[in-house]
Amino acid sequence: MKRLSRLRRHRAAGPLLLIFALLSIGTTFQVAGAVTNTTPTTADRSATIEEGKQIFLKGCSSCHGLNAEGGAIAPSLIGVGAASVDFQVGTGRMPMADMSTQAMRKAVVYTPAEINALATYVASLAPGPEVPGDEVLNYERDGSVAEGGELFRTNCAMCHNFAGQGGALTQGKYAPTLMGVEPKHIYEAMITGPQSMPVFSDKTLTPEEKLSIIKWIKAAEAEPQLGGAALGRVGPVTEGLLAWTLGIGLLIGVAVWLAMKAR
Amino acid sequence: MTARERIAGNVAGYVDDRTGAAKWMKKNLTKVFPDHWSFLLGEICLYSFIILLLSGTYLTFWFDPSQREVIYEGSYEPLNGLKMSAAYASTLDLSFEVRGGLLMRQIHHWAALIFMVGIVVHLLRVYFTGAFRKPREFNWIIGVGLLTLGIVEGFLGYSLPDDLLSGTGIRIAEAIIQAIPVVGSYLAFFAFGGAFPGESFIPRIYTVHVLLLPGIFLALITVHLMLVWYQKHTQFPGPGRTEKNVVGYPLMPVYMAKAGGFFFIVFGVTAFLGAVASINPIWLYGPYTPGQISAGSQPDWYMGWLDGLVRMAPPLETHAFGYTISWNILIPGLILPGIMFTLLALYPFIESWATGDKREHHLLDRPRNAPNRTAIGAMALTFTLVCLLNGGNDIIATTFRLTINQMMWFSRIAVVVLPPIAFIVTKRICLSLQRADRELVLHGKETGRLVRLPHGEFVEVHEPISAEKAWTLTSHEQLAPLEISEYDASGVRLPGSLKNKIRNRISRANAVAVPKATESERKELEGHH
Amino acid sequence: MSNEIELIKDPGLPEHIHRRADLDEKYAKRAENQVAILFMLSAVGTLLLIFSYIFIDTDSFIFIPVMGEVNSHQLFLGLGMAMALFFIGAGAIHWAKTLMPDHEVIAERHEFRSPDEDREEFVKTVKSGAGAAGLGRRPLIKRTLGLALGLSGLTPLLLLRDLGPLPEDELTKTSWKAGTRLVTDPGDRPIKATDLEVGAVAQTLPELAEGEHRTLNDIAKDAVLLIRLRPEEFNLDAERLSWTHEGIIAFSKICSHMGCAVALYEQQTKHLLCPCHQSTFDVTRAAKVIFGPAARPLPQLAITVDSEGYLVAQAPFNEPVGPSFWERSS
Repeated sequence: MKRLSRLRRHRAAGPLLLIFALLSIGTTFQVAGAVTNTTPTTADRSATIEEGKQIFLKGCSSCHGLNAEGGAIAPSLIGVGAASVDFQVGTGRMPMADMSTQAMRKAVVYTPAEINALATYVASLAPGPEVPGDEVLNYERDGSVAEGGELFRTNCAMCHNFAGQGGALTQGKYAPTLMGVEPKHIYEAMITGPQSMPVFSDKTLTPEEKLSIIKWIKAAEAEPQLGGAALGRVGPVTEGLLAWTLGIGLLIGVAVWLAMKAR
Repeated sequence: MTARERIAGNVAGYVDDRTGAAKWMKKNLTKVFPDHWSFLLGEICLYSFIILLLSGTYLTFWFDPSQREVIYEGSYEPLNGLKMSAAYASTLDLSFEVRGGLLMRQIHHWAALIFMVGIVVHLLRVYFTGAFRKPREFNWIIGVGLLTLGIVEGFLGYSLPDDLLSGTGIRIAEAIIQAIPVVGSYLAFFAFGGAFPGESFIPRIYTVHVLLLPGIFLALITVHLMLVWYQKHTQFPGPGRTEKNVVGYPLMPVYMAKAGGFFFIVFGVTAFLGAVASINPIWLYGPYTPGQISAGSQPDWYMGWLDGLVRMAPPLETHAFGYTISWNILIPGLILPGIMFTLLALYPFIESWATGDKREHHLLDRPRNAPNRTAIGAMALTFTLVCLLNGGNDIIATTFRLTINQMMWFSRIAVVVLPPIAFIVTKRICLSLQRADRELVLHGKETGRLVRLPHGEFVEVHEPISAEKAWTLTSHEQLAPLEISEYDASGVRLPGSLKNKIRNRISRANAVAVPKATESERKELEGHH
Repeated sequence: MSNEIELIKDPGLPEHIHRRADLDEKYAKRAENQVAILFMLSAVGTLLLIFSYIFIDTDSFIFIPVMGEVNSHQLFLGLGMAMALFFIGAGAIHWAKTLMPDHEVIAERHEFRSPDEDREEFVKTVKSGAGAAGLGRRPLIKRTLGLALGLSGLTPLLLLRDLGPLPEDELTKTSWKAGTRLVTDPGDRPIKATDLEVGAVAQTLPELAEGEHRTLNDIAKDAVLLIRLRPEEFNLDAERLSWTHEGIIAFSKICSHMGCAVALYEQQTKHLLCPCHQSTFDVTRAAKVIFGPAARPLPQLAITVDSEGYLVAQAPFNEPVGPSFWERSS
């Protein structure tokens, strides 16, 4: 008790309390706002579609066509669904910076609201996979990490490597690392099959199984280094490199010292 | 005499009464070892081997070499409840339930990598300095044998934990066995106790890995060391060093302390790597099943060149009379490695045949003074290095934003084109270095100081080099080319003259050298100035 | 002056340079202290090892820059061990270098070649020994001995015979039969054609009958990859096209080169890549090899649907799956 009262009289107590209060008010509004957002009216929806269309016309139509029908350099977006848009734009892959072999993950251009509008617009063109909501993505509750690992090794490791670090595909394409990717985006990638990646249908890889995979990926991401520096988790290549540099280097260094005449 | 000296004397006397060892010990305790850092490379291998024996024995206390299916219930959560082999499960247990188990596993694996690195670096030292020449050909062959066995032993060890990566390695090894014409599928079925993967392979390679091969290693290493001991170590040329002597430090106490100390250094460095750097994190690979694979599945580096060679092979297969020959596996997997290792083992004999030099050599060559040998070495090294790079082409491609297709085509072309270029360039460099040596002996060291002579000419002052240095740079022999007669006295071609012609031709190429500086030339130059 | 070329002469072993420790007791004492410090560092290492073993929890982690969050038990146990060993070595070497005698010693080499009389004697002994045995004079013994030794070499070959069964048809047969359902791996759920969207893949195995157990040997032959394309994307002959079902095509997942699992499917290019040796197969052209060392396409499994709409095999594989072997006919 004494400690508490001392803390209360601390010089920083006042400002800290103020910050805490402001934060809690902010959070309350945030939560309240989020609640209203989840139940949009039809009018809201058509407004969002219109907003999305405007963004689309400005940012996407030059390649994907005025009505998202696709063009010489970009595929049609009719029927790709909101999930596809949310993944591609939400990870910064779209809009593409240049016509390289593969759209890379980079800084996101649009705000979450704009991405939502874009996704709603594209989804309005034809039905397609929807953006999974938070209630779907409860992988901590619905997933099993060991089962996820097994599914990952059967379905994902061949491209993304045993630890989700990514790997090479043909002609300069590559499977990106899965470390630090949001669960929502991993889920969307599995149901939409972006770029080189195939689609994993809900019947062959059930939603629960997808959550298990996500749970495993998150566990791998959070896994501390049990045996020391991970060396990139890419297998024996970096291990060999270390043996040829640090390992033999240290030993030869000592050997040179050993054979040097003392002064 | 102190009490301690008296006790030591008594013990020595007791042993000598029963073995007569005093005479032998007296001679050998004063045995002289020349000091050079590169002479310790072989010791790195020897000490890594001892570390491997010690850490390996430790691992056997917990490892269960069985492919019996078990359900994992250990402390590593992401694998809990999965079906796996007892071998894999026990490797997990010894990593996570045994305190220090993971450390010992990592030390064992790092020691294996360093053992192989040490062998290769030691081999390069012996090769480039010509230490394999008479009378050391046997030891060279034993060394090549140890290298080959080391690759096999390492691969078997990598295969034992039965994880996804090692199982993939075994799968590839099985495919190589299966590709052998006529008997391949039989051999594969005998080795695996039936179809791949079966349940016999891990227990079988375990026995080979922990008993048979270490036994052979021990025997070969013993002979290797006994020969070094008996033949005495080679030495680099230098003042006071001749073919007839060996200059260095006595075994007792200097060399004993240094070599003994170096064992602890090697063990310490290996333990350091085991402590700070993860190696073979099998818990991430998962248990082996033939239906799974990871991107970037590679062998350890000493097999990497082989994998790279297999990757770059052209897609050739012959189907005839209802039979199949897989050239795409046989050539890179068996034939080329066979040729490479045979040539490597026979090299001392090939060289002495080409030079006609059948004398004993105890003084080492400086690589530049044997340009052909050095160039051949550079050529072989380039070949292997291209293969090794291709063995990691996917990792290289993703790291440097290249494509695996580019890497593969680069390797396919480079493996043919680069080695000859390496030969020519290395030979040129060697001859240039010989020329530089000659200049140095004749004109001395450039000091960078300019002096203006009375008549206005500027000259750079050259400092003469020491007598020791001059001797070191000129003590080597320059062999004259062979002149084996292809015709007899009456001008008739002798039988076997084609062979002699080839020998003369090679020997002429071998004898290309910048004439070394002589005292006569030095004196003549002095006369001029 | 003679015309003979005079070579540069060996000046002989250079004069010994004394170390500071040899000349000045102060430096010798300093070296002694340094050696002692190195040995003490080793002792500290062992103490660290003991401390880590007993007091650091195996589940505790520590953040180290560059390395990340590292298991501190394993790290400090190893560092203690490394220190303990390394500094014994460093101390011993420093001791040898600074305080043990550093006079270079010259030892003479002896010639390996035995004196001629010994060599002759040896040859004579061998000859007379062989003569006494009479091997040369009694060819019958020589030949029968050769035969006996040669034949005895067969013993180990024979005894090793039971290492494994003969291949028989093991390499050519898989578990796939006409009507076998394709089920997901893992999960063992049968798959309907409608379950797969265009661009989808599925890892499959043959359905197990009641009470059957699937071994790794089965997976090594039976693993199949299902891929769905748009039917018009195929570039197949009529027979191979009839092996597909509404754009769904099935290939053996076991590489025709060295047996790795080929499952890197690139949806846009319709290429399959093997991660082991980078053989690339074109799915639209019945897995024709377009890059890498594989010489044969992946075997295609003919599929159709059964009465309930589940995907099934039309027939077993029409060729052996996996890497080539001598008895393979095509």
